[in-house]
Amino acid sequence: MTRTPFVLRHPSILVVLAVLAVFTAAVTAGSAAYGSGAIPVSMIKLLGKTLCLALAAVAMDLVWGYLGILSLGQMAFFGLGGYMIGQWLMYARTETIVAAQLAQQPIPATAQELQDAVTNQIFGVVGSSDLPLVWSFAHSLTLQLILVLAVPGLLALVFGWLAFRSRVNGVYLSILTQAMTLALALWLFQNDSGFRGNNGLSGLQNIPGLDYVGQATLSVWFLWASALALALGYALAAWLVSGKFGSVVRAIRDDETRVRFLGYPVEGFKLVVFTVAAMMTAVAGALYYPQAGIINPAELMPIASIYLAVWVAIGGRGRLYGAVIGAVIVSLLSSWFTGGRAPSIHLPGYVVNWVDWWQVALGLTFVLVTLFAPKGIAGLFDRLSGILPPRRHGRDLGPGQGALQEKEAKA
Amino acid sequence: MSALLEVSGISKTFDGFKAINNLSFSIGAVELRAVIGPNGAGKTTFMDIVTGKTRPDEGEVLWGEGSKSLLRMNEAQIAREGIGRKFQRPTVFEDQTVAENLTMALKAERGPLAVLRWRPDRDSASRVAELAAEVGLSDHVARKAGELSHGQKQWLEIGMLLASAPRLLLVDEPAAGMTLAEREQTTTLLCRLAETRAVVVVEHDMDFVRRLNCRVTVLHQGSVLAEGSLDHVTRNPDVIEVYLGR
Repeated sequence: MTRTPFVLRHPSILVVLAVLAVFTAAVTAGSAAYGSGAIPVSMIKLLGKTLCLALAAVAMDLVWGYLGILSLGQMAFFGLGGYMIGQWLMYARTETIVAAQLAQQPIPATAQELQDAVTNQIFGVVGSSDLPLVWSFAHSLTLQLILVLAVPGLLALVFGWLAFRSRVNGVYLSILTQAMTLALALWLFQNDSGFRGNNGLSGLQNIPGLDYVGQATLSVWFLWASALALALGYALAAWLVSGKFGSVVRAIRDDETRVRFLGYPVEGFKLVVFTVAAMMTAVAGALYYPQAGIINPAELMPIASIYLAVWVAIGGRGRLYGAVIGAVIVSLLSSWFTGGRAPSIHLPGYVVNWVDWWQVALGLTFVLVTLFAPKGIAGLFDRLSGILPPRRHGRDLGPGQGALQEKEAKA
Repeated sequence: MSALLEVSGISKTFDGFKAINNLSFSIGAVELRAVIGPNGAGKTTFMDIVTGKTRPDEGEVLWGEGSKSLLRMNEAQIAREGIGRKFQRPTVFEDQTVAENLTMALKAERGPLAVLRWRPDRDSASRVAELAAEVGLSDHVARKAGELSHGQKQWLEIGMLLASAPRLLLVDEPAAGMTLAEREQTTTLLCRLAETRAVVVVEHDMDFVRRLNCRVTVLHQGSVLAEGSLDHVTRNPDVIEVYLGR
């Protein structure tokens, strides 16, 4: 049997990738480094960060829209990814600076002296002079890149194994995921956990060894990297939810018990999707924070994950492009409205200042979308392409569940 | 004849209520059996225990030639051993097409990685078409299951059970909500299935049980009250009292 190629069976993938490519090319053409310079560096960084958020939203859609787990701790993995890459960025850069300083001394510094100086520089702010154990690999980019995937992946695996095995479901599982990210944030807030407490990691926008490049160029490079990550992540997610695996995953969302009676190890499927999504989110975080320049534990507070859920809900869960659209539109609108540039509305006797009222508007939109358009923005695309939700033909005629239905009776 | 499923001395108490009380039951590899009993007799709990949904407080459930204990397995493992269950309400995946529903049920490896590697081939496609034809849904394979009528959903679920080719089939009130014609079809199907495997039908509709024309086990208050042909058990004074005395 010949099969049409994967992308042709799912044309939406091609559309998304094409739009992404055009977008990236357009922004590059407008950048100061590679084009006209019409788009300021800060805007390029914002767009690059938005692509990372879109990748996190795709992962969230995998977990929530397809697997049916409303994870309110997804951004924990995002933050962890950021912390893991941040460790190397901060350590390697501090090392370069400190080494340059020490080189001016008459006696060359030993390796130990160099490391002590680096430690002092990084951890002086939290009153510590020992390099914490968790920074053991910070000198190596390769190791930290592995940790970007390994730490969130392992956390998701262990957390998921414990939660899914005990068959925690629904709201309880959501609360548990929220508790996980809150606990992680509170732990990171402590000075002695080794991640500089509430100072977080900073100066991440300076890439060690690339000082000569300049932020204008770097911002475009990161935009490219983010676009590539989003493209690969989107394709991976689309591949996962297609075919029989996707079929089983959606079946678990709709009726977990029934899937068990078909012989599928439900916990195994949940673990695979949850862990893959966690690692995707971590990659997004690892690309986001070098563009943001700073990460602190507040980024892991549950509110961040709730925002992510809101984006996916507004964009349309259960549709991967919905997640991308939701994340891009809502997060860009958020930064516009809260950036103070949105014109205030002058009502008689009251001025609606968007910085204050944006949250209210967003909350209201979320409620309205949930009530009236549960498929979100993606629902519009469904309607355009003629995909309709299954319709029961009329009501049951009799009291019993087995009674004929109106339509059947007429036929 | 060696038994395919051997349930011995199981008991289960829910909050002080004895749902199952020292119940023993066995069924051969090729047999049709009806389990009847009034409401609350423990029919559903019995099925829950066999399929691993509920753990009994005591007793033993042994399966197959090697007499494996089912009590240490979870639902999915038991299903993979070859015990299929048909629920009272048709439970199909409404948001997926008939073909997808059937494909999921096809006998194949069930692990996540095996499922990821799985690709449809000529065999699986023809098997799905065959099953759809068998349950009269050939014209509907591309439709979402949620659009089907109640009766069609019942048939789709039966098709899914056939797809997984279980050795023991537990069927919960198959006649509920079916028209007379559909009941006859169902009877024929169940009898045909029982030619190659064990089928346990839980039912409280006596007419339907009479049609099945098979050995009957009567449950009452969590244990076996009588067993034998339908005529035999309906002459049993205890059974008469339980059914008419309520």
